[in-house]
Parts: sequence; C-alpha cells; structure tokens
Amino acid sequence: MTHERGIISTQDRRRTAVRYGLPAIQVLIFIAVLIAGVGPLLWLLKSGVSTSQDILSGPMQLWPSGIQLKNIPDAWNRVQIGAYLGNTAFIAIGSMISTLFVCTTGAFVLSVLRPKWGPIVTGAVLATLFLPGVISLVPLYMTILKMPVLGISLQNTFWAVWLPSAAGAFNVLVMKRYFDSIPRELIEAARIDGASNLRMFTALILPLSKPIVGVVALLTVIGSWKDYLWPLLVLPDPKLQPISVALPRVAKTTEISLQMSALFLAVLIPVVLFLVFQKQFLRGVGMSGGIKE
Amino acid sequence: MFQTTNQTRSGTRSLLTWYRSGGLSAVLFAVPLVLTFLYFSWGPILRGLVLSFQKNNLVAAPEWVGMANFSYVLTDPQLPQAALNTLYFAALALLFGFPVPLFLAVFVSELRTTGWLYNVLSYLPAVVPPVAAILLWTFFYDPSASGVFNSILGWFGIGPFAWLNSQSLAMPAIVLEATWAGAGATSIIYLAALTGVRTELYEAAELDGAGIWSRIWHVTLPQIRGIIFIMMLLQLIGTFQVFTEPFLFTGGGPNNATTTILLLIYRYAFVNGDFGAATALSVLLAGVLCLLSVVYHFVTRRWSTT
Repeated sequence: MTHERGIISTQDRRRTAVRYGLPAIQVLIFIAVLIAGVGPLLWLLKSGVSTSQDILSGPMQLWPSGIQLKNIPDAWNRVQIGAYLGNTAFIAIGSMISTLFVCTTGAFVLSVLRPKWGPIVTGAVLATLFLPGVISLVPLYMTILKMPVLGISLQNTFWAVWLPSAAGAFNVLVMKRYFDSIPRELIEAARIDGASNLRMFTALILPLSKPIVGVVALLTVIGSWKDYLWPLLVLPDPKLQPISVALPRVAKTTEISLQMSALFLAVLIPVVLFLVFQKQFLRGVGMSGGIKE
Repeated sequence: MFQTTNQTRSGTRSLLTWYRSGGLSAVLFAVPLVLTFLYFSWGPILRGLVLSFQKNNLVAAPEWVGMANFSYVLTDPQLPQAALNTLYFAALALLFGFPVPLFLAVFVSELRTTGWLYNVLSYLPAVVPPVAAILLWTFFYDPSASGVFNSILGWFGIGPFAWLNSQSLAMPAIVLEATWAGAGATSIIYLAALTGVRTELYEAAELDGAGIWSRIWHVTLPQIRGIIFIMMLLQLIGTFQVFTEPFLFTGGGPNNATTTILLLIYRYAFVNGDFGAATALSVLLAGVLCLLSVVYHFVTRRWSTT
C-alpha cells in the first residue's frame, strides 16, 4: 500500500534522532492519553465496588477491605439511577426528533422551495447564529414559565427541553447548505414527474441527506446528554430530571460508595456507546469542525 | 365599481396561481421553523432587550426603569471581581486548552496505523457527561493528604495542596478539568482539518532544507489556520459563558475567587429573583462578545490574507 507522505519523510526516518526519538515520543504520548482517558474511568470502576471507608482513606489502594459488589444494585435501586438514565435518554431522543423535524422542514423551504420571503427567514436565522446564547437565557426561562399567546406553562414538562433545542440556527443552516448542494436537475425532474412538495421532501431530499441528518442527530444527542443548566432550571421536579441534574443533588445526601457506583453507572452507558460506535462518533465530531469553517 | 371587481378578480387569480404553484405548502413547511424560532429564539432575544430596561421579579407587574438595571449591575462591587475571574478563566483555558489538542492532532496525523487508538483514548473524557466528570474530579481534588491527587503527588514528596479550597489554586484546578474534558474533541476537529493539508508542499519545504519543526510551523499550521482561528474564537466565546464547572466545583468560592459573570447572572435571576438585572448583565456580556467576534474577525482576516 502506498501512502501519501506526511510531515516526516522516509529520509527523516533514517536519521538516528528520529529513528529512536519518534517511538519514544509515541510511547510517552500514549501513556499520557492512556492515563488521561482510561485512568479516571478505571479508578471509578474500582471505587464503584469499594467500601466508603476504603475510598476515603486509601483512594489509590486496590480494595484493602475487599470488593463490595452490592454497591451497583444498591445505586440502581436506592439512588434510582435507572429512572434518571431513562429520563436522560427520553430527553435526548425527544430533542433529536424535534431538532431534525424543524431543521429538515425549514431547510427544505429555504433551500428547495425558495419562496419570495425565504431570504428574510434565512437572514433572521443567520442573525441569531452570531448572538451568544447567554442573551436569551433568562427571557427563555420566562417564556417557558408562561408561553406568550398560549398562556400555558411548560415548566416540568419535557417540552421545555425538547422545543428550545430545536431553535438552533447552526443546525438549520448546516442542513440548508447540504440541501443546496443537491443538484437542481434532480429537483426539477421530480417536479416534472408531478411529485408534490411533500413527496419530494420524503422521497428525494431526505434519502439523499442521510449523512448530514446523522451528524445533526448525533451532535444534538451529545449536546442534550451534556446539558446541565437548562434542565436544572425548567425541570425542578426530581421525577423528571435527567441524570446530570440529579447526580449533584443526590450526591449531597448519599454515602460516598453509593455515589461512586452511581457515577460509574452514569458514565458506563455513554462510554460503551462510544466504544461501539467510535467510527461514526469521531467522523461526526470531525465533520462538525468542517461545518463551522 | 367596474374597476374594483376587476381588481379583486385579478387578486383571486394571483392567489390561485400562488396556491397552485405550491405557495401554501411552502408556508406549511415553514411553520415549524418559524414557530419554534419565534417562541424560543427571536422572541426571547427581543424580550431580553426589553426586559433589561424593566423591573421584573415575576410577581409584580413589570415596570419601566430606564437604565437603572444597567447602573445597578455596573456598580455592583462583585462585577469587577467576576469579570476578572472570567478573563482569568478564559486566559488559562487558552493557555492549557489551545496547544495541547493542536499538538496531539499534528502528532496523530503523522501516525499511519495506530492513530485511531490515540483518538479513541483522548476522546474518552469528552464522552463522560460533564456533571459526572466534575463530581469525580471534585473527589480527586480532595484537600486532605489522602485525596487522589494529593496522594499521587505525595509519592514524589509534593504537596498536599488545598486545590478547590485555595483561592489561588481553585481556578487553575477548574481549568485543568475543563481542558481534560475538552481537548479530545478539539483535537478530532483539528485532525479532520489536517487531512486537507496539501502534502506536496512538504516535499518542496524539505528540498529547501526545512527541518521537521519548521515544516510544521511554516507548512502545516498556516494551512489549517482558518480552523485554528475559528476554534480559538469559539473557545473564547464558550469560556466567557462558563457556568457548570465553577457552579458545581466551588459555587463561586472560596471567597468569590471563581465567581464568573454567568454565575453572577444566575444569582441575580434565580437566587435574588431580579430578572431585570440578570438580563441587563446578559445583554452587556453578549455585547462584549459580539464586539470581540467582530474585532477578532477583522484582525485574523488581515493575518489570513498575508
């Protein structure tokens, strides 16, 4: 297999300094990322099955007083990690669906149908991209407490998390740019064949846009999984809270061993999902950078 | 009389052609976007601008107070401290968080077969939910001699340190965790940009006698400077709005050493119930960030074209 050359050439590799220096640096960096990436997780795994006494007095020792496996089921039942994880997943999936629905239909209008008023909407969406999120934090909270015109409160409903996440300018514009790159001839051909707008959307545009839909879905799920402040504000009811909001509250009242097993369970699912889908993950995250440019 | 009927007739006809050419379905397709943006983006932004001139505590009816919120916020003795802390956080985050992922990305791009392993390992911290990571690190930063970091440093005879309880160490400790959590994702983005680097330039540079480091400095980095500038700006905007880390690690302490602007906004709105002051400070911060982006854009554009 021929490989494109990188910064270091084959000639460089023959030099003694590079020949021995490069593997040495490789090993050093490998140890560094191993400690940074896996170290805390292994420590968490160990502490998740230790007694509180061990965690506090000898955090770097291997089980001085034995493994306490019952922590895990205890955390699951007493701290109700399962319920919180369920809420987290429900919130993430709902945010993903609402985001995809809004940004695909919106981008379809702005990119494919192109009505006369389209550029105004595009401009208004684009303008919000440049405004930092902090400006709408408090008024958004007040909107959730009492929806203008409708007069209802979305607080303590999942809609309070699902709907605002859909109003992201970035997703709409990324989707629009992708739709823009679909050849116009395809759209014209579909129109001549008598396809309605709805049919064009579901049978032509969406199937052609699977890659970008996947990236937006992934980034939305990651974002929603990580969010803390917003669900903290709009979901004060403990029964509805995602794990990120519940953990700090629970941590104050639970003994340290259960806390660690709860943390372990909270970390386990995203880590396993990542390890299974690492290729898609890393490609999606990498693409998000290209999009920003 | 005759003219008006003619006008309405042509009016109906153009409405009909509009309908037949799919005008109505375009409107229907736009409804979700326009409604969600009206309610959750455009509306709140405008409302924020209005709110900053009002006294509003959600109980009594809102009342116009002119610039009172702004002068209250600007004369709050906590503001200079919070602004300095935020700048300090941003500077430290740039210092730690900018070179590490860039170096990692350039390094990994040179590896032919094992690069993915480095990517997976360095991205792992980004997968850990931030709140779980913060709670875990709070424990690592335990100030007693048997704390995780203190016992590791103790093997080398260093410490123990008070970490989050120390006024001078609390902020660097928070930034260290934030860098740990963020470096992997940033590195992946740089790595994606590095695949677009034109490699034939390395050949030319090598023939001209450029060493490995000068090839990186003069060939690699200039080619990805577009994404470097963007990531730097995004990082700056992100760090100016940092909330979760100081809120959960220290709650702004010790002695307000880690109180950031966003923590102050949070306190105004959700502790004191003064929504007017909170939005006034948000508007000020957003204004500063917009100004920063514009200046940054012009400065880096000049660098980019030379």
